Amino acid sequence: MTTADLASQPVREDRAPEQTAPRARSARHGSRYAPYLFLAPFMIIFGVFVLAPAAYGVWISLHNWDFFLPSRPWVGLGNYLELFDPTALVAVQFWESMRATGLFVLFSVPFLVVIPLGLALMLNRTFPGRTFFRAVYFAPYVLGVSVIGVLWQYLLNANAGLINYHLAQLGIAEAIPWLTATPWVWVTLVGVTVWWTLGFNAVVYLAGLQGIDTTLYEAARVDGATKRHEFWHVTLPGLRPVLLFVITITILASANVFGQAYLLTGGAPSSETRTAIMYIAQTGFEQFRIGKASAMSYILALLLIGVSTLNFLLFRRQERN
Amino acid sequence: MAVSTTAPSKAPAPRPAASPGRRRSRAWAQVPFYAVLLALSVAFFAPILWMISTSFKTAGDATALPPQWIPPTWSTEGYQTLLTDPQVPVLRWLANSLVAGIGHTVLVLATAALAAYALARMNFRGKNLAFGLIVSTLFVPGFVFLMPNYLIVDALDWLDSMWALIVPSAASAFGVFFLRQFFLSLPRELEEAALLDGANRWQIFRRVVVPLSLAPLSTLAVLSFLGSWNDFLWPLYVLFNPENLTLPAGLATLRNAYGTDFPAVMAGAVLASLPVLVIYAVAQRYIIAGVSRSGLKG
Repeated sequence: MTTADLASQPVREDRAPEQTAPRARSARHGSRYAPYLFLAPFMIIFGVFVLAPAAYGVWISLHNWDFFLPSRPWVGLGNYLELFDPTALVAVQFWESMRATGLFVLFSVPFLVVIPLGLALMLNRTFPGRTFFRAVYFAPYVLGVSVIGVLWQYLLNANAGLINYHLAQLGIAEAIPWLTATPWVWVTLVGVTVWWTLGFNAVVYLAGLQGIDTTLYEAARVDGATKRHEFWHVTLPGLRPVLLFVITITILASANVFGQAYLLTGGAPSSETRTAIMYIAQTGFEQFRIGKASAMSYILALLLIGVSTLNFLLFRRQERN
Repeated sequence: MAVSTTAPSKAPAPRPAASPGRRRSRAWAQVPFYAVLLALSVAFFAPILWMISTSFKTAGDATALPPQWIPPTWSTEGYQTLLTDPQVPVLRWLANSLVAGIGHTVLVLATAALAAYALARMNFRGKNLAFGLIVSTLFVPGFVFLMPNYLIVDALDWLDSMWALIVPSAASAFGVFFLRQFFLSLPRELEEAALLDGANRWQIFRRVVVPLSLAPLSTLAVLSFLGSWNDFLWPLYVLFNPENLTLPAGLATLRNAYGTDFPAVMAGAVLASLPVLVIYAVAQRYIIAGVSRSGLKG
């Protein structure tokens, strides 16, 4: 079926014989309400579960809001101030969890920005099996964090795990406590996350690489540029918007870390790897201190927006130079 | 950067033709390249194979040293444990995950496609405001909505029910943005022809736009289903009754209940991954296409 058929035929079928010219004319201009009717279903859900909570969350954070208590007294900025009071236990624990999330972002983002770029450059060549390899590297990403968690908990089990067994074969006799001691817990969380999500960033890069004008490479070759020159002067500048995108979403995704830590280390040792989201969820959903948990999530969100903005500005300044 | 709608696999870089001699030396030069690719493939896939292999072992074989990649005795003990223990109703979890995933996907497709079409093709008061609001939430971290949405879901009496999984996450700003971009790329003439034929907006959408948009709609469907299926934190906290859990939330329970009965835990993990791996095998190009385009927003 050609597109022209598609355009006319089905519509004609649908038109009832009694439909007259005036009706058709009003349809041409469209009902005044049509756009709103089209938009309404989405906007209702969006309003109730995105717009309303964005404001409602602020309101909650200004109250001492316990899920099970009838009275929720107004505390103003009390929840926020307490989180900046170095003598308050909740502040100590919150910033400990922020430190854990910060460390995870710091350790994981460089790997997740650089390794997928290398992989994308490899996959950007034309060779037999290219689509297959891309599919294999992306595969772990389609698994859920819970599968990743229980799987790697088994693989990294200090005594019965496959990883320590193979390390022993390589001569590392001491069983490495991957899930219970620093610095191994960090290696675990970062390593597993890199394995899990690397394919996503690689695919985003790959699309970016294919968007670079090939005549730029030809021009560079004519000018006698080496592969390295090509990379620094054609590939990287061409990837700039994609690079900004990848760095931004990777920082956001890493700052959201929850499942890996929840399932693999459970926050151990002591609360070294208890991440911010883990602590927010514990405060809100396990201790039901929802006002406090809301205040925490806004502090984390503001920090993240700050980091993203900084990142964006840095990129723009570089672009100007 | 321009938004590209070409599938990534269809744009091979032009390569100058090589002389036969050079081609042979090239072929040899490819060996280390393929070796690296293969080594990486093993690293990426081995853990998944190990999960499947373990799920068919006996509990003893799962911890035996040296580890066996192929089960010494094939056993479905792990699966049997899961299917018979009333404390871990995995079949219920599987059904719950399916219901939540399908419900969520249908709702995302219906609402996002309609909204995206209005934003792409209609002129109305408040259009820029609506689009601005939707786009501005694309980069707001989701955890900000956790606490207030928990209370809203509670107020609707949806806690511990499938509604909590199907509806709130269906407000997909990404879906609207993604489909709007595609609708904008469709030639206007087709819709105008239908309009001249007397079709109304709904008919045009239903009979012209949707049939032309099956690829991006499939992409969004697959991504939405995967997202819902794999969601962990939200179901972990809004569902309470063991009967009502989804598979990912159930896996956490399973892990606590079975600890070192690795075949049983891995059997649960296999059940939780099987549907997504099958979808991935079948609809890989839609997933890759969706992810590819997510980076080309700028």
